[in-house]
Amino acid sequence: MPLLSVRNLQTRFATDRGTVHAVNGVSFDLEEGEILGLVGESGSGKSVTALSIMRLVPEPPGKITADAMMLEGIDLMRLDESAVRSLRGSRMAMIFQDPMRSLNPVLTIGRQITEVLRRHRKVDGAEARKRAIDLLETVGIPMAEKRLAAYPHQFSGGMRQRVMIAIALSCNPRLLIADEATTALDVTIQAQIIDLVKRLTRERGTSVIWISHDLGVVAGLCDRVNVMYAGAVVESGPIRELFRRPSHGYTLGLLGSTPRVDGTGARRLTPIEGMPPNLIDPDPLCPFLPRCRVSVEACRAGPPLPREVGTDHWAACLADLAS
Amino acid sequence: MSALLEVEDLEVHYGRPGAPGTVKAVDGVTFNVERGRTLGLVGESGCGKSTTGYAILQLIRPTAGRVLFNGTDLCRLDKRALRRLRRKVQIIFQDAHAALNPRMPIGDLVGEALDIHGLFRGAARARRISELLDMVGLAGHLIERYPHELSGGQAQRVAICRALAVEPELIVCDEPVSALDVSIQAQIVNLLQDLQERLGLTYIFISHDLSIVRHVSDDVAVMYLGKIVEFAGKEEIYAAPAHPYTKSLMSAVPVPDPDIEAQRQRIILNGDLPNPADPPSGCRFRTRCPEAIAECAKVDPLQQPLARGHWAKCIRLAEGT
Repeated sequence: MPLLSVRNLQTRFATDRGTVHAVNGVSFDLEEGEILGLVGESGSGKSVTALSIMRLVPEPPGKITADAMMLEGIDLMRLDESAVRSLRGSRMAMIFQDPMRSLNPVLTIGRQITEVLRRHRKVDGAEARKRAIDLLETVGIPMAEKRLAAYPHQFSGGMRQRVMIAIALSCNPRLLIADEATTALDVTIQAQIIDLVKRLTRERGTSVIWISHDLGVVAGLCDRVNVMYAGAVVESGPIRELFRRPSHGYTLGLLGSTPRVDGTGARRLTPIEGMPPNLIDPDPLCPFLPRCRVSVEACRAGPPLPREVGTDHWAACLADLAS
Repeated sequence: MSALLEVEDLEVHYGRPGAPGTVKAVDGVTFNVERGRTLGLVGESGCGKSTTGYAILQLIRPTAGRVLFNGTDLCRLDKRALRRLRRKVQIIFQDAHAALNPRMPIGDLVGEALDIHGLFRGAARARRISELLDMVGLAGHLIERYPHELSGGQAQRVAICRALAVEPELIVCDEPVSALDVSIQAQIVNLLQDLQERLGLTYIFISHDLSIVRHVSDDVAVMYLGKIVEFAGKEEIYAAPAHPYTKSLMSAVPVPDPDIEAQRQRIILNGDLPNPADPPSGCRFRTRCPEAIAECAKVDPLQQPLARGHWAKCIRLAEGT
């Protein structure tokens, strides 16, 4: 049984201009210990997918529906707010792009780590403090005991993200969701954080959903990747397989737009022309059609159904990219 | 070939000279840029790359050094002379929406640039504006739109359009695509490259993104805590980085290829950037450097020439030569 199983997740938002279809029928499984990448551009629905799983989408104006959303056999859709709260932080945790906004600026780091432990693990103050020191050491913060009394503003961006990881992992959750967790960091610090996430999740067998717009980060970290566009997963596959044989017009577009530090890319980038689609009135046809360079006649006839293009690898694209 | 821009010992120090806590944001930066070429200025947050860009334009007055543009030292010009010369030296920023006046329609935003320098008056003005919008790939109907109605990519095109309006020779591009999605990033990068070819522009391309810098630059300067630590032609520096900081920086950039990623050896640096108000003695990188020796704390490393047009500041590179 997969750790997390999502079937036909739809998340909509009521706005003055109409209903925004932010997530449009997303389905996937996440195995024990697996790192799954969610890749796509702004507005593709990656973050809303994650927030929906965490049940952090405010309802209203949001509305989440799903045929199933099971975490370790628990149906997340059926839980009331207090039941979800007891799962958040203990069985599933999330870290965000900007740790400064996730940390409370007027509470010490120590207080913010122990808070989670005391709430979910019901440990006393002394024990929580001991565990907090352990956690800070685990995430590579030197002089951990002294740092418990520090406030978030006294930490650098990389250190704050380490604190967030410490808080997220404090109760040993089975699922960790990281939403652009290294995007705001410098590359050398990003490398440190990725290294840390890899090590900790491997040691603890945590499953990870890693949201990123950076194909490079995903290529180095994830076991599997879901490419998202206009609120839907348009291609999914094991990491090597997908990068070797990208099988959706959008995936190809992303790869063609990405310059490479190893200099093996094309001399000129191939951008995706045009702009992201309107999510208020989604077109029944392939949402990427207006911007697609490889579209075929059939794309105008009806929506593309996902089809198998390799082992465990599928794409919702009608173009024949093998030839 | 003579250089369009020569930057010599540029310094931007904040605080009383010599007083403790003085931040040496830019500390003795020297480089040349030849006409029609692109210099990539890379480094992490706080390394002084943007400050260097602003100091070249005199948006921040340097505390020492020279900035020769076509032989004229911009640091010595008074306000009026500088304003005239700014026509030739323009800048575009990361956040185009913040750079555009929200209460002005696009046509006026572009027209303002012309008016300031008294270019294209009367009927020619409107023609020029639509010609400029066309040049950056913006549809004519956007002329009456306001910045908030534009996407990030369109807003950046307007910012580029304003810079181009005054027919500059040099454009400082300060993280011009960092806030954009990759597909839009590629559109803007291609636009900047096309404009360079068509108009013979010279760029200083400031970015933290080494992949993009490799893509657009002819030469690359790597900065760390206010100093350039390595300078070389693009191919040279990416194929054979010499400074330990450049090496670790390059190794940290992920490549969108799982097979390559699986085999890469990352040089993971310890710790964070030191406090710029109290930088380490000697080589500023030594506290994080995997190759540092005791000597590094004592001497401020000088430029070590390595090949034609390639130098690095690391005393260990002199070993064995």
